[in-house]
Amino acid sequence: MSTARKQVVVFDYGFGNVRSAERALARAGAEVEITGDYDRAMNADGLLVPGVGAFGACMAGLKQARGDWVIGRRLSGGRPVMGICVGMQILFSRGVEHGVEAEGLDEWPGTVGPLKADVVPHMGWNTVRAPEDSALFASLPRDARYYFVHSYAAHDWEMEALSASIRAPLVTWSTHGEDFVAAVENGPLWATQFHPEKSGDAGAQLLTNWIESL
Amino acid sequence: MTLAVRVIPCLDVDGGRVVKGVNFQNLRDAGDPVEMAGVYDAEGADELTFLDITASSGDRETTYEMVRRTAEQVFIPLTVGGGVRTPEDVDRLLRAGADKVGVNTAAIARPELIREIAERFGRQVLVLSVDARRCREDSEHPPTSSGFEVTTHGGRRGTGIDAVEWAERAGELGAGEILLNSMDADGTRAGYDTGMIAAVRARVGVPVIASGGAGSPSDFPPAVEAGADAVLAASVFHFGDLRIGEVKETLRAAGHPVR
Repeated sequence: MSTARKQVVVFDYGFGNVRSAERALARAGAEVEITGDYDRAMNADGLLVPGVGAFGACMAGLKQARGDWVIGRRLSGGRPVMGICVGMQILFSRGVEHGVEAEGLDEWPGTVGPLKADVVPHMGWNTVRAPEDSALFASLPRDARYYFVHSYAAHDWEMEALSASIRAPLVTWSTHGEDFVAAVENGPLWATQFHPEKSGDAGAQLLTNWIESL
Repeated sequence: MTLAVRVIPCLDVDGGRVVKGVNFQNLRDAGDPVEMAGVYDAEGADELTFLDITASSGDRETTYEMVRRTAEQVFIPLTVGGGVRTPEDVDRLLRAGADKVGVNTAAIARPELIREIAERFGRQVLVLSVDARRCREDSEHPPTSSGFEVTTHGGRRGTGIDAVEWAERAGELGAGEILLNSMDADGTRAGYDTGMIAAVRARVGVPVIASGGAGSPSDFPPAVEAGADAVLAASVFHFGDLRIGEVKETLRAAGHPVR
């Protein structure tokens, strides 16, 4: 780790508990700023995109704040972005809530739809199945639990490896009623369906892993 | 299913201070909710709930300040209930750092409040508290079809509203969870009302938090077996009679996953 603290912007577009994200990132060692400012968000070492509520409303809010541009331009320059909860869901092609389809950022193919389980929302601490070479879950025990709160999820991972020379995305799965995508590491774009900022010490370690990768 | 059963301590606070006495050693200030929250977090609490019993609305600012200070130091979900009447009350608590907000009496008077909160903030922020009891023969209301009735005023007044139907309707209106508090069992330390938990579980698709009656570690597994997704207790934790760790060990030994 370099001596200078990594600068992280928590993107403030009106959706998500930006304060808890800020505090958890600061605890994990980052210099954190909450802002919806385009240039600040473009220039930070890392951009964290939170999100709660409805997929369509989040997307509308993100576009209004030009968050779609910020994310797209950062990624094309290889600059790290991390999405949390609905901030992860909107990275897929589309979301379907109450039968209404909304367009996502389309970084990854696939649809976010209702989670089918006896009890929904999926609320509480669950385990995940991370790939062996995951950097996001590095040094975290296999039985670690993370805090989830969601009624919708990506059930399939549809992105194929583009070529042998490009590293395939790492996909972490969890199960509640059915299997769903719990986390993704795709080059500079990482995301979690659960809330690391509310996941106690395990979440703190995970955020530290992200900050150290910046 | 690998989702862990949540063990949730509840702190009653008045004017930003913990109401009931606490026996924990090494506490500088047993009345400081922030310090108590830190103790519960360190002991493995899966969430924290503050029940604000502050009577005067003029003292609300101390509540927001308490929530702010707690959220700065504790990195597990925090629910705050008590006196929440409008979406604006919810907004202020969320901005202070609460993750979820408990709503009770105001939703009985005006059920649309549930929908308004869910539409504006998402259903995951809304914990609907149901203070319920078994119907009594001497009640001024006729018995409900489920045999359980919603109460107000800390369980002293019956409403004649069927508690199971109310929980079901609240889930449909947008409540993210039901906090089911048995006013018969509350304070008895004789165990949860498992019949009430099972009756609500059978009709409600959102998570159910069982509350009221916990006295010993062996009281917790039956609540889960009756259908509770989470178990909440207040006084047994406040007074140090039970520790979070031993409750979790008992649940684990009974075959229930815990964190």
